[in-house]
Amino acid sequence: MTADFEPRITAFVCNWCTYTGADLAGTSRLHMASNVRIIRLPCTGRIDPLFIIKAFERGADGVIVSGCHPADCHYTSGNYHARRRFAVFHDIMGFVGVDPRRMTFSWVSASEGAKWKDVVDQAVSNVRELGPFEAYRALAPEAVEAETVGSPGAEVTP
Amino acid sequence: MSRIGVFVCHCGENIARTVDCAKVAETLKDHPGVAVAEDYKYMCSDPGQALVKKAIEENNLTGVVIAACSPHMHEKTFRRAADQAGLNKFMCEMANIREHCSWIHEDKDEATAKAIDIGRTIIEKVKHNRPLETIKIPVTKRAMVIGGGIAGIQAALDIADGGHEVILVEKEASIGGHMSQLSETFPTLDCSQCILTPRMVEAFQHPNIKLHTWSEVEKVDGYIGNFEVTVRKKARSVDQDLCNGCGDCFGVCPSKKIPSEFEAGLGNRTAIYVPFPQAVPNQPVLDRVNCTLFKGRRKGLAKDACGKCKEACLKGAIDYDTEDTFVTEEVGAIVIATGFKLYDIGKDQPDGLKGYGEYGYGEVPDVIDGLQFERLASASGPTAGAILRPSDGKEPKTVVFVHCVGSRDPEKGMSYCSKICCMYNAKHAMLYKHKVHDGRAVAFYMDIRAAGKGYDEFSRRAIEEDHAEYIRGRVSRIFRDGDKVKVWGFDTLSGEQVVIDADMVVLATAIRPNDGVKELAQKLSVSVDADGFINEAHPKLRPVETNTAGVFVAGACQSPRDIPDAVAMASATSAKVLGLFSSDELEREPAVAIVNEQTCIGCMRCELVCPYGAIEQREVCTVDGHVCGHTAYVNPGVCQGCGTCQAVCLSKSVELQTFTDEQIFSEINALCAWE
Repeated sequence: MTADFEPRITAFVCNWCTYTGADLAGTSRLHMASNVRIIRLPCTGRIDPLFIIKAFERGADGVIVSGCHPADCHYTSGNYHARRRFAVFHDIMGFVGVDPRRMTFSWVSASEGAKWKDVVDQAVSNVRELGPFEAYRALAPEAVEAETVGSPGAEVTP
Repeated sequence: MSRIGVFVCHCGENIARTVDCAKVAETLKDHPGVAVAEDYKYMCSDPGQALVKKAIEENNLTGVVIAACSPHMHEKTFRRAADQAGLNKFMCEMANIREHCSWIHEDKDEATAKAIDIGRTIIEKVKHNRPLETIKIPVTKRAMVIGGGIAGIQAALDIADGGHEVILVEKEASIGGHMSQLSETFPTLDCSQCILTPRMVEAFQHPNIKLHTWSEVEKVDGYIGNFEVTVRKKARSVDQDLCNGCGDCFGVCPSKKIPSEFEAGLGNRTAIYVPFPQAVPNQPVLDRVNCTLFKGRRKGLAKDACGKCKEACLKGAIDYDTEDTFVTEEVGAIVIATGFKLYDIGKDQPDGLKGYGEYGYGEVPDVIDGLQFERLASASGPTAGAILRPSDGKEPKTVVFVHCVGSRDPEKGMSYCSKICCMYNAKHAMLYKHKVHDGRAVAFYMDIRAAGKGYDEFSRRAIEEDHAEYIRGRVSRIFRDGDKVKVWGFDTLSGEQVVIDADMVVLATAIRPNDGVKELAQKLSVSVDADGFINEAHPKLRPVETNTAGVFVAGACQSPRDIPDAVAMASATSAKVLGLFSSDELEREPAVAIVNEQTCIGCMRCELVCPYGAIEQREVCTVDGHVCGHTAYVNPGVCQGCGTCQAVCLSKSVELQTFTDEQIFSEINALCAWE
């Protein structure tokens, strides 16, 4: 583990609950670790497991997936689909040797700014303990190399 | 090639304090595809918007990124500005560097680096945005109001007076809500029923209002302008078309000892009953739980054990075999006005709350709550307005009023102020002193919160003119002592313990959201706060809207409210509803999924996961008309844009506009620039 390691975490959150909850954390001035980058989606149901794999491939050390609480989904049931999908995906990732602590799944509602802060801080501390996700790069060094070398702004298609 | 404009807002000091905005703009200027990057103190101000518009026109921009606050705050503002400058408004996106960055970090270098990252991800997204057109949808100009208390009645009347049909749904047998239970109202001490019942009748007789009492919302489908609500009309056992409200049925009912909900348990009712004499509609319902006949049927008796009400009804309106029926109403807007209930302070508490076992409520009959006192003081109440205590019917000579029972007490699970109790306690003390001249009224309070027109004067009057004794402090224990109710309290101003031998104690228990609000909120896809009250869309600027377009909120289901507040909110919702109904068509964001029929394999996995039933199967025909395959089709009027279909599509043939795979992968790719 590197001493000055700063984890890079990508968060996939739904627009209605967690994104708004994170807004509330901001409005409430709850200070938290600055290692998380949020990608806003309409619903956790929109999350394709490939997004998570892509994030790891592009250098993320950890991933957060967060949406509305069960039964509170803005779109009625998208979060249930996300939960099922993530449960399977989580196990597969474990099977191929990815430490499950690199992936956080949580429910954060629009009123839970404080919970969002906890989720962020916990995820950062988990990943900090695990160290940089170099093992992933070792799995497919050439592919990672090829994509990372290109200009960050290049209009890459998946 | 993209020509993106990046506009970094300082938000005064809000962003600039922790983010070096000039550096963000300078760095992003070098990002591929960025044509112009500028920072400005207040981007949302007129000059700020003018700056954006000018840049769009001068540089012929293909996309705009506003690095400022949350898209929930100002996305609309900037999209409008882009539109005015001739750029398709869906080519404008917000990079949230305030709520998600400057406000939550302290280190300026860290925050600046993060702001640059956020900017990059959104720039990459905008590169893949496509110009879209808003969708136009028709509006059904009928409204539904859920809850027939004063807020619901007011909202229904205002919308109906505006010329549109209103469906008013009330779960009890009569409209009127809690206001009908009150004796007098603060700060004028005018009779509650005298001002309410004409409103109830007006709502009942209004040609534009259709009333469903003894009914609940079962299911809600659709979206703004086009809701389809299924209402469960609970079996009333009384035909409302035949019943003329004569009351012969409840006169003969043998079950006479059922605690009346309207009298807050201080009086009794029969099994077939109207809740109170001024009920609207003045037609009874049969309470099947307590009815002798239905009790017998549940036991499996071969012959009905009773049937007196049916015999007594000359109109033949009573039918024991009716069942719940369902009515579907098509409406364009919905107002939630489900009101409140009082915190039940007994030992057993739902919702993770804690009770006040030490106050003896439910065990000592002379410890009552605020609504029960209202019934004692009411001329239509069980004592005809005489203040007589429940245990022995004697006139209490010392009455203790306890403020903040549950409210402002995080230990019990409620940290909020219930707002109305300070005022109604002052009112109760006055009403008591006006009726029992030699009596003593003692109030234990934490603070007196009497903000409102004429409110402080009113609570001063209770102390100065009616000589209510106000003690600042809490009560630790209430228990029975002979025929007295002993109150142990503490006066925090004198620092002394206070012991009072009271004859009756009135507890100002906290206001809680009504039963079933959470389930209703789920049906309507609106959220509730940690205490279970309905969330408004914005606490200051959109107080009567919810996060679901077309659903509005009025009264105490949103937060504890007094009558003038609830009425004002109700009128505000009606202004919103009438505004919505003022045009024939609504514009909707084109955030809908579209199917690529060239690649769709017709597996219909998308249909299985769609929460709205927006996806259907379509036949693909050969030139000579033979069906040769199937593809999915998304109905854009029904699709709400969750994107769940896209995540399950095997052939990547369905795509949610505004959140395409291309856009999201580009955002993820942009994150590889992390240092």
